[in-house]
Amino acid sequence: MGNTKYTFKDFKSDQEIRWCPGCGDTAILMAVQKAMAELDHEKEDYAVISGIGCSSRFPYYMNTYGFHGIHGRAGVLASGVKTANPKLSVWQITGDGDALAIGGNHFIHEVRRNVNLNILLFNNRIYGLTKGQYSPTSLFGQVTKSSPYGTIEEPFNPGELVLGAKGKFFARSLDVKVKETTEILVQADKHEGASVVEILQNCVIYNNGAFADITSKETRDDNQIWLEHGKPMIFGKEKNKGLVLDGFSLKVVTIGEDGITKDDILVHDAHEKNPYLHLALINMSLADGFPVAFGVIRQVEAPTYEKLLEKQIEEVKAKSKITCMDDLLNSGSTWVVE
Amino acid sequence: MEVDEVVIKFAGDSGDGMQLTGTQFSNTAALLGDDVSTFPDYPAEIRAPQGTVGGVSGFQLHFGKIVDNPGDFCDVLVAMNPAALKANIRWVKDGGTIIIDTDSFTEKNFDKAGCSQDKLKEIYEDFNVIQAPVTSLTKEALADTGLDSKSMARSKNMFTLGMVYCIFDRTLEHSEKFFDEKFAKKPKIAEANKKALRAGFNYAETIHAMPSFRVHPSDTIAKGRYRNMNGNTATAWGLLAAAEKANLPFFLGSYPITPATEVLIEVAKRRDLGAKTFQAEDEIGGIVTSIGASFAGNLAATSTSGPGLALKSEAIGLAVITELPLVIVNVQRGGPSTGLPTKTEQSDLFQALYGRNGESPVPVIAASTPSNCFDYAFEASKIALEHMTPVLLLTDGFLANGTEPWKIPAMKDLPEIKHKQKPAGEGEYLPYKRDEKTLVREWGVPGTKGYEHRVGGLEKMNLTGNVSYVPENHELMTKYRDEKVKKLADVYPELKVEGNEDADLLVIGWGSTYGHITTAVRELNKEGYKVAHAHFNYINPLPKNTEEVLAKYKKHLVCEINLGQFAGYLEMNHPKFDYQKFNKMQGLPFTVVELKEKFKQLMENK
Repeated sequence: MGNTKYTFKDFKSDQEIRWCPGCGDTAILMAVQKAMAELDHEKEDYAVISGIGCSSRFPYYMNTYGFHGIHGRAGVLASGVKTANPKLSVWQITGDGDALAIGGNHFIHEVRRNVNLNILLFNNRIYGLTKGQYSPTSLFGQVTKSSPYGTIEEPFNPGELVLGAKGKFFARSLDVKVKETTEILVQADKHEGASVVEILQNCVIYNNGAFADITSKETRDDNQIWLEHGKPMIFGKEKNKGLVLDGFSLKVVTIGEDGITKDDILVHDAHEKNPYLHLALINMSLADGFPVAFGVIRQVEAPTYEKLLEKQIEEVKAKSKITCMDDLLNSGSTWVVE
Repeated sequence: MEVDEVVIKFAGDSGDGMQLTGTQFSNTAALLGDDVSTFPDYPAEIRAPQGTVGGVSGFQLHFGKIVDNPGDFCDVLVAMNPAALKANIRWVKDGGTIIIDTDSFTEKNFDKAGCSQDKLKEIYEDFNVIQAPVTSLTKEALADTGLDSKSMARSKNMFTLGMVYCIFDRTLEHSEKFFDEKFAKKPKIAEANKKALRAGFNYAETIHAMPSFRVHPSDTIAKGRYRNMNGNTATAWGLLAAAEKANLPFFLGSYPITPATEVLIEVAKRRDLGAKTFQAEDEIGGIVTSIGASFAGNLAATSTSGPGLALKSEAIGLAVITELPLVIVNVQRGGPSTGLPTKTEQSDLFQALYGRNGESPVPVIAASTPSNCFDYAFEASKIALEHMTPVLLLTDGFLANGTEPWKIPAMKDLPEIKHKQKPAGEGEYLPYKRDEKTLVREWGVPGTKGYEHRVGGLEKMNLTGNVSYVPENHELMTKYRDEKVKKLADVYPELKVEGNEDADLLVIGWGSTYGHITTAVRELNKEGYKVAHAHFNYINPLPKNTEEVLAKYKKHLVCEINLGQFAGYLEMNHPKFDYQKFNKMQGLPFTVVELKEKFKQLMENK
């Protein structure tokens, strides 16, 4: 990255951070500030837009232009900012409640429209700010304050929803992985279109340890697979496990067993238009004997909403006889009274 | 017959093309120097069951010397089928002329309309009925065009238009030109419509369709270039004009809803002026994208109707607390809930004034004629940009779809708009630092170096804009927001009085009732009655001289198309006076006749 103009400190606001001690949001804040310092934008060209929830307090801690919106509406607020001024680098900060429950409609449509936004979806599988009710990503049967006997709802997998909405960019990261998250965010910003980055984030108060199986020292190497475009899908403590296709399904194999060599392992292609393998990667779960996929899972080029709009304006302008309001007012059927 | 003014209504099935027929006639009338006012009346269903009363679509137009409304009762009714006759007979003047398409007056169609053939016999006694086999004559006239029977029948509305042109001594030129342009790529269709038009004209001449009217053109119309204008187009153009005047890009976030959709449609056409439209996934998305665009430095607006305004309430509060410029256009319709989507009402006044959580003051203004929707959309934008506030503009279904000739303004004659964007390089930017006199904050636009700041829905610290829960600060900011809106009375124009200023009775209206009230008052003044009329376009805050005007009169009558919301608002703000109410809740405007009766009753009741 060429930018040496800024350090992450330039993006810190003077406001005291009020997230709970140990909250995963703090690490994500650091990753965002580092990514912004690394990218080529001027500081005044960043706009950080949020909805409501713990994560949505984010703009106040950034020394950039920021807008803390209303519940569920971060997606439309950010879409409006970006469409009005496509030169800005617009970052939408949202959570599993904000984006997938009250804002679910806006979420699928901003992805479908492919507005060039960086959409950071902090997924802690709980409502934190209202003190511990289940969210659309809470696990089936999860006991929370509003589900004392366990939820009876199937959760969303955000990535699956993104692909269902014809999403072109989906990545997954972990709050504690600041370096990896920073890299992913840089890629998300450079990708033109709606870039959704799901960040699994631990709520220390209401859902502590939600991702412990994935993140604990003992199991993390076997339970995480970090995907990189063009690299084989290898994971595990010994770096000897990999993914292969078995019919239409993915399968975990061990290199050196059953005649499997490194060459048999699938190579990640984030640019493949057909979403079927991306979907299979997104849906891998520990319960089914798979590691959880991280990194940029899908990144496919497509025209963006705001650029198509600007292009249309240029095309119509070039052809139309109406160039100003006076032209419009006097256009069509008129008559003179003398 | 020489007359000063005439009212015509075209009525038929919603697929009969009555709106087009009416529009053609009114355009021609306007071109010939008449004052014109029109009002379409159509069902909510796109194609309601054919031949039924529920499916009747009407277009009423009023033209002549001085015309301020689309008229109460018609001199001529064109009824394309029994249902159209049944639905509209009560609106025909005694002795008026009714043109019917006898081909459609079959037993089957009488059944569909739910009335018997005797109905027809009844009307012969009270009205001048012209019976014409319109459908068969149209087909005959078009026999050599090579069109199929169904396509030929489709031109029957043009046959009737030709007849009406003949009765009113109008030329066909304008409509012929219209068809040539509209069907430039389908010359066969253009020719068929022109043929049908001429055939209708010749037929009326041959049968000596009586009476024939000579309508006096208007002699009070000011010199200049004119066009026909409806309220929704005027609103869209007013917003676009404001953006050009303020030298800002224009953004409209919206969601289709009757009767406001045409505002979105008209702006969407204007890519040539750089206008951006964002058809959102819902009403909330419509307004919130606009708030985002406003934050990013555009002139932003959203357009909707009653139920949509309800969905936007929370977001309007966000625009209030962030003090961003935004125009919210509410084209009112009958409510509550889905109510009467295609019918008019003034019942969203309280929603506009108070329909939000918290202390959430919003300036409210209302247009009063189809064409002055342009002026008030421009004005709403000017207030929003110069005072950093969301502004609610009220129009309604009557204004939205009604048309009238409009003297085309020149952009150079419109007032300047000085928005509050802080130019780059002017030192420190404090988002909530205010102008001492107006209490207006400055607009720091993303992309401007050094003005980085955060806004949002949480209460903000005075000056810095940091989140603040300090009790005294919340009270201070609440009062600032309130005071800022109240101070608009300093810039709003004063309330004027029309009619006999020295009368005892002051008739009070607001918004779209202007045309009917002004006609009623003018006619009564002519008849020797003393009545005065004050009409409000500026509603929150009320004009500065309101109390002074009200104090001059003994009696105050508030007329509105709701159960008395504005009367209640006046009672709250100016409690000294006793307000009498005249209300109507039929999805229809007042008639001049009923207004005059009510005014007379009050004057006689001493």
